[in-house]
Amino acid sequence: MSSTLGKKLLMALTGLFLVIFLVVHLSGNLQLLLNDEGRAFNVYAKFMTTNPLIKTTSFILYATFIIHIVWAIMLTVNNKKSRPVGYAKVSGSNSTWSSRNMGILGTIIFIFLVIHLKNFWYVMHWGPVEMVKYDGVEYKDLYATVDVAFSQLWYVVLYVVAMLGLMFHLFHGFASAFQTLGLNHVKYNPVIKFVGAAFAIIVPAMFAAIPVIIYFKNL
Amino acid sequence: MKITLKVWRQKNAQDKGGFKTYQLDDVSPDMSFLEMFDVLNEQILKKGEDPVHFDHDCREGICGTCSMYINGKPHGPKQTTTCQLHMRSFSDGDTIVVEPWRAQAFPVVKDLVVNRSSFDRVIQAGGYVSVNTGGVPDANEIPIPKKIADEAFDSATCIGCGACVAACKNASAMLFVSAKVSQLAMLPQGQVERKTRVEKMVAQMDEEGFGACSNTGACSAECPKEISLENIARLNREYLKAKSSSDNV
Ligand code: HEM
Ligand code: SF4
Ligand code: FES
Repeated sequence: MSSTLGKKLLMALTGLFLVIFLVVHLSGNLQLLLNDEGRAFNVYAKFMTTNPLIKTTSFILYATFIIHIVWAIMLTVNNKKSRPVGYAKVSGSNSTWSSRNMGILGTIIFIFLVIHLKNFWYVMHWGPVEMVKYDGVEYKDLYATVDVAFSQLWYVVLYVVAMLGLMFHLFHGFASAFQTLGLNHVKYNPVIKFVGAAFAIIVPAMFAAIPVIIYFKNL
Repeated sequence: MKITLKVWRQKNAQDKGGFKTYQLDDVSPDMSFLEMFDVLNEQILKKGEDPVHFDHDCREGICGTCSMYINGKPHGPKQTTTCQLHMRSFSDGDTIVVEPWRAQAFPVVKDLVVNRSSFDRVIQAGGYVSVNTGGVPDANEIPIPKKIADEAFDSATCIGCGACVAACKNASAMLFVSAKVSQLAMLPQGQVERKTRVEKMVAQMDEEGFGACSNTGACSAECPKEISLENIARLNREYLKAKSSSDNV
């Protein structure tokens, strides 16, 4: 794990785990768009913060994020050191822009992540959140918090920009992870490429759609 | 053709160096890029100045010596070596920027000449098969399927030019190392030292200060021998297998 290859292996494994997380997170969040005053979402949010199995998984998720980010910094610093004197003229035609700027794209996601966690994750865990009652059981009304947040234009813009960053990150990252894991095969390459591109477009687009839709609903 | 050249001049490894501009008024489109540099150097020598130092040897695209970073790309606009690049690939009146390979592991010796012995040390670390002396083995004694032989041969066509390192934003040597690991890992002769080889060569690669692979693919796109990214995937597999099962701790 200390070699460059080991570090990249860790990037690929954590990256793919984060990809799976995105699917779970998205399917939960889409409940925000149901026309039920947030009931389904609030019930789901309580389940996600109290179920022991989910709680364990979420600690694995925190660790995954930290490893992905710390190793990304180590790799990027090391890669910069490998070329102490740069070129005066560089042509970018031999590779994609995303592939050369994974660090910048990751940083955009990271900045978003900090704001996002502070406003929702922190609030959900340590308040203040209003309470609602469904069938006599108390739930935190996280839906209301989300609703207020997404009525602010700057917040919606932040989400859309961050999801664009994620899109380009995954455009390269998804397929790249398989190459790092050693899977490069004429039979599977087209599949990986297609699924990667589809995932990179569809998932961030759906994430970004949530604040946009809520914003216009509340106008 | 009229050509303006901006060439990196650096007296020695310690010198800071900088660009110098030269004007060539009578360049033939049929000249190779190196021949154009020969003309430039004659012009400089006539003025009694120090000619531009650059590496070259075979001038037929097989030795890999002719390192030059031309207009933002190793070996210039065509996917070939500098000696096989011709002036017809440029237009009359062009300004061409020429720089040395830039990498921590390829220090500049003088002008456009860099020291690529880090590649040699990676090969010395494990890029060989140990053969005990004895009678010469018969040809075809060890059967190898044609497809495997071809693939191993493709990997073996790497000429060690370093364009992959020069092209990579991380100055990573993954394409070179993966080609050298692959050519032996695919053949029966390479099996004995297979795991130790990949471990040692990767360790040496890191030790020399080459960067990690970001899978940008710039290396393969610039490689004059079109070494494919499959080699890098194979290196990742070989390394993972070796690390998880070899006896070296
Ligand atoms: C949900 C969020 C994220 C997902 C799904 C994700 C996914 C991925 C994937 C699949 C890879 C490819 C691994 C490989 O090339 O083998 C990757 C690479 C990378 N990630 Fe992320 N990532 C996320 C967040 C971040 C963050 C927050 C940062 C940085 C602060 C970051 C920085 C990087 C860097 C620098 C690489 C490239 C490493 C290299 O090419 O050497 N990522 N990511
Ligand atoms: S892999 Fe290609 S670019 Fe790299 S050293 Fe070998 S021949 Fe040159
Ligand atoms: S001088 Fe030998 S490859 Fe160019």
